[in-house]
Amino acid sequence: MFSSLSEWFSKELPAIGERFVNAFLPESAEEFMTIAESLWSGFTTTLELFALTLLFALPLGLIISFGSMSKFKPLKYLMKIIVWIVRGTPLMLQIFIVFFIPGIVFNNPIFKQDRFLAALITFVLNYACYFSEIYRGGIESISVGQYEAGQVLGMTKAQTFFHVVLLQVIKRILAPISNEVITLVKDTSLVRVISVIEIIKVAERFSSQGLLWPLFFTSVYYLVFNGILTLLFGYIEKKLSYFRS
Amino acid sequence: MELLKVEGLKKSFGRTDVLMGIDFSLQKGEVLAIIGSSGSGKTTLLRCLNFLETPNEGKITVSGHAVYDSTDKKRKSAKEKRENQLKFGLVFQSFNLFPQYTVHKNITLAATLALKNTAKKEKMTGAQKAAALAEIEAKADRLLAQVGLSEKKESYPCQLSGGQCQRVAIARALALDPEILCFDEPTSALDPELTGEVLRAIKSLKGGDRTMVIVTHEMEFARNVADKVIFMADGVIEEVGTPEELFGAPKSPKLRAFLQKDKDI
Repeated sequence: MFSSLSEWFSKELPAIGERFVNAFLPESAEEFMTIAESLWSGFTTTLELFALTLLFALPLGLIISFGSMSKFKPLKYLMKIIVWIVRGTPLMLQIFIVFFIPGIVFNNPIFKQDRFLAALITFVLNYACYFSEIYRGGIESISVGQYEAGQVLGMTKAQTFFHVVLLQVIKRILAPISNEVITLVKDTSLVRVISVIEIIKVAERFSSQGLLWPLFFTSVYYLVFNGILTLLFGYIEKKLSYFRS
Repeated sequence: MELLKVEGLKKSFGRTDVLMGIDFSLQKGEVLAIIGSSGSGKTTLLRCLNFLETPNEGKITVSGHAVYDSTDKKRKSAKEKRENQLKFGLVFQSFNLFPQYTVHKNITLAATLALKNTAKKEKMTGAQKAAALAEIEAKADRLLAQVGLSEKKESYPCQLSGGQCQRVAIARALALDPEILCFDEPTSALDPELTGEVLRAIKSLKGGDRTMVIVTHEMEFARNVADKVIFMADGVIEEVGTPEELFGAPKSPKLRAFLQKDKDI
């Protein structure tokens, strides 16, 4: 292609540089501000989905984990089957299914008006199943002696769980939970498949107008937010380091 | 009348018979030591007394009140179960302190939670509740002083030695005023140089009308502290009597062999 290395350096390299600058840098501060603002409005959808998913999935996961540890076999197996299906199929597929089912089966497309709700329901169910397995692992790792100590001291099962076991479980599951939470931030980008406008969907519109940098720039939002989450989890971990269990 | 009476207690796990008919009784203020080799059923017996295992057959009576009776199929209410449970206290081999709480909170936790419930049920006033709470805290302080750990009040279990942990566990069990305090090999998880402090703490509890049941491998301790000794072998009580009788003049060949083995070490 190029006759010599020096020719490559003199001709191709500057061209690469120019393309790079065009792709990654805005033309003006004004352009940057307007687009960064639209991206932010897309990111608020991301944040909303993230926060609401955690709010509902964290407690629901606990309920599912109790179900899958239940001595009542039908409940136990029902929960195991649900967790198998949810973890065994792609989240993207689940979003489609939840979105389309009411229209196709009940002839009542309730999610047409509120696509976000369909996305939220799917995310809550999906993440609750993942959380439930993390909880189960944590709960089953606590020594039976802790429960027995609670019992001989006349505490109820609920008191033993909430006042003795729970904090020890939280300490143990913090690392896997932080993994899931950070994955959740990025998984929210999947909701674009049912046309919920989140940050990447916004950026894509600009790239179809020939502006590439907004698409790459979305990573800054993700990185900053996940950076904050990482610090937060580090803080909680430190707070709980005063005891060993 | 006996404080504790155990009649025909049987327990098996699957096809393994662990207890094959245990009968004994205990007077108020007596200290009972249960000795025997591993697998003889000592710990299972203690766990049955503390409702950590449900016996298959038999009857357990405390002050004439049946706390367990295999022929009585009536279900007990949660309140009754709790009352029966609290007649017994248990100090575990592996302490089982609550790691996230201070020594003081370990001792007060159960009583504080129980107080919260009664306060709600009986509609106690704020002042009554505060007074009861203060009493719980003061009692924990007294118990900590008794086991010699007042200065460790605000420490966490992970900052204590095994011997100190076990002394906290003793204080925790005493906080609920059990009628019968049980010890499940209280020094077996400890380094040899730490067993002394725990044995001394247990010995200091003797006297008055404190009734204790101690499962132990410390023969000297059993001899010194017990009023009555039970030797168990293969799920039955092989021999029972005063320490002088059992250690001085053992009748059963199994006990003689057991004591000889202990001496050989």
